[in-house]
Amino acid sequence: MAKTSSTETYSPPRIGAAQIRLLERLCNSAAVSGDEGAVRKIVLEQVRPFADEIQVDALGNVLVTRRGQGKKCLRVMVDAHMDEVGLMLTIDEGNGIYRFDIVGGLDASVLAGKAILVGKERIPGVIGFKPIHLTDAEERKHPIAMETLRVDVGPAANKVKVGDRVVFAAPFVRLGPSLRGKAMDDRLGVTTLIELLKNAPKNIDLLAAFTVQEEIGLRGARVAAFALNPDLALVLDSTPAYDLPTWDDSENTRYNTRLGGGPAIYVADTGTLSDPRLIRHLIDTAEALGVPYQIRQPGSGGTDAGVIHKQLAGIPSVSVSVPGRYHHSPVSIIRLSDWQNTLTLVHAALTRLTPELLAAERA
Amino acid sequence: MKSLIQKLVETIGPSGYEAPIREVIRAEVAPYADLVQVDALGSLIVRKGKSAKNGRKIMLAAHMDEIGVVVTHVDENGFARFSNLGGVSPRTCYGGRVRFLNGAQGVIGSDRMEDLTKMPTLEQLFIDLGASNSKDTRVRTGDVAAFERPFVDLGSRMVSKAMDDRIGVAILIEALRQLKDTPHQLFFVFSVQEEVGVRGATAAAYGIDPDLGLAVDVTGVGDTPKARKMDVGLGKGPAIKVRDGGMLADPRVVDWMVKAAEKAHLPYQMEVLEGGSTDARAIQLTRAGVPAGCLSVPCRYVHSPSEMVDTGDVQNSVRLLLELLSHPVEF
Repeated sequence: MAKTSSTETYSPPRIGAAQIRLLERLCNSAAVSGDEGAVRKIVLEQVRPFADEIQVDALGNVLVTRRGQGKKCLRVMVDAHMDEVGLMLTIDEGNGIYRFDIVGGLDASVLAGKAILVGKERIPGVIGFKPIHLTDAEERKHPIAMETLRVDVGPAANKVKVGDRVVFAAPFVRLGPSLRGKAMDDRLGVTTLIELLKNAPKNIDLLAAFTVQEEIGLRGARVAAFALNPDLALVLDSTPAYDLPTWDDSENTRYNTRLGGGPAIYVADTGTLSDPRLIRHLIDTAEALGVPYQIRQPGSGGTDAGVIHKQLAGIPSVSVSVPGRYHHSPVSIIRLSDWQNTLTLVHAALTRLTPELLAAERA
Repeated sequence: MKSLIQKLVETIGPSGYEAPIREVIRAEVAPYADLVQVDALGSLIVRKGKSAKNGRKIMLAAHMDEIGVVVTHVDENGFARFSNLGGVSPRTCYGGRVRFLNGAQGVIGSDRMEDLTKMPTLEQLFIDLGASNSKDTRVRTGDVAAFERPFVDLGSRMVSKAMDDRIGVAILIEALRQLKDTPHQLFFVFSVQEEVGVRGATAAAYGIDPDLGLAVDVTGVGDTPKARKMDVGLGKGPAIKVRDGGMLADPRVVDWMVKAAEKAHLPYQMEVLEGGSTDARAIQLTRAGVPAGCLSVPCRYVHSPSEMVDTGDVQNSVRLLLELLSHPVEF
């Protein structure tokens, strides 16, 4: 039976000032795929007091176990990726000018003219581009070519070298009901997962996977799922919201998700057809608690669930995202209410989990 | 066998939502199985025979799922925009009909095309459920449908929207029924989510850990007017896969199949497919690797509402499978 059938007695963990400060620290840290050390350090510091077991695996995933009470608890993997998109310096052209490659999905038009931080020493720089004074009408018709951009840290920055990773220099700010910053994708998931560990439901073994290298192909989660061998998996991520009015005022039919609409539950994306039992469980939980939710528009994109569900002999999986505008840029915007509702929904859904849910066959 | 085929192809089962077709298959196989299981992703796994010294653990796979669509948005007038589940071409959609898991039905229409020589994209198509506004419609974002089209028996040829791969399912069921004795331990796997990237077979193969794998699926042909060149045609027997876009069949498996066909005096053809792949790829790549191959049923108009196979090819595929499974494997 659901332990939270009475909504009066259930009080979910809250997003307060401390949680926002933690998200701020995590967003402001640099952890481009393959170089997640800075975020891993914060995660380890945060989860240590609450963990029964902590392992940093060969790829750098942080795998944390917090056991429930009772012998036959469901083993539930909850995943959030630590890495973010960014750049890597590839060729030193002298005088503090570098060519670079992108790491993960970044648009050249988003890069031009942005302030950046380079390497572990966080050396400030900019992404240089051709100013509009010097472009002609023909050039302006075309998107900016990545090859024309350069990282510019100035001639004095001798601590910068080829191979260094680059992130946006983008301070985290609160804007009334919203938060703005870089790397909301997926430090929101990381912070949410830390809060889940701190307030872990007693009815499950919580297997928290803070994964690496998601943005370049879900690489960390693949080995994490193998090692954890869970009964089911829930992935916490942040997915784009493109809920703006259309240019011709027609109905916007392709928004992916909407800000303020609550946690986005995945049905289908490029990598995963979510387990219908888990979709139903999340929807039932949301409706029982009166938590708003939305179904993410089925389509392209993907989360760590794409590799987790195919691991071993199959792992029932689903993803839940906090919607965010302008992802993979320095200025992601999310609503605090969506974040709180995501934490509430996921925490309540985990609390209501019983082995019977998976005893029934997949639809 | 045709009534079994009709029942299989007219049951709904888009990728990820195979429960209805799984129930039909379970009822057909249960009397002949030693053990029937459903794995974590929903694949139906039927065990037959014990492990024996001169036998192998063989995984046979035919996928239950079919291509389908999933609703992305219901607009204020009740029209549903949709995305694809598996390889859905806009070319075969317009004017087509779909049936949702909840029973709702609709027809596919298109935005006005500025240029009539161009094909619409999936984003330009919509499902009309006969509703007059969004409140009136019976579906919402995330709801899943399959294409709707009745089975047609043309005598020596059969047509359906889901020959891929219910014909493979039918062949496995028929072989299981007719199989008298086998030296092998057989796992008949009716897999899920093949059309979205052989996902069900990936998990099932890991769980079964077979010595040998064989998929039964459809393949393309080159025997229609101005077809792309391909040396496979309807009515020339089951096709023995040498390669496709995702797998080089194990030469020992290819050899095993050729010899069995010749021994049983069955027609067969060799298949070299440029694109695509089957569950055999997932089996081959599981764990430390598994010898794998594929018995293909030649099929015209794959992933259209009218996939056509030859009745004789289907019968000979059952015979070839029986020959393969009734004797020890020599390699």
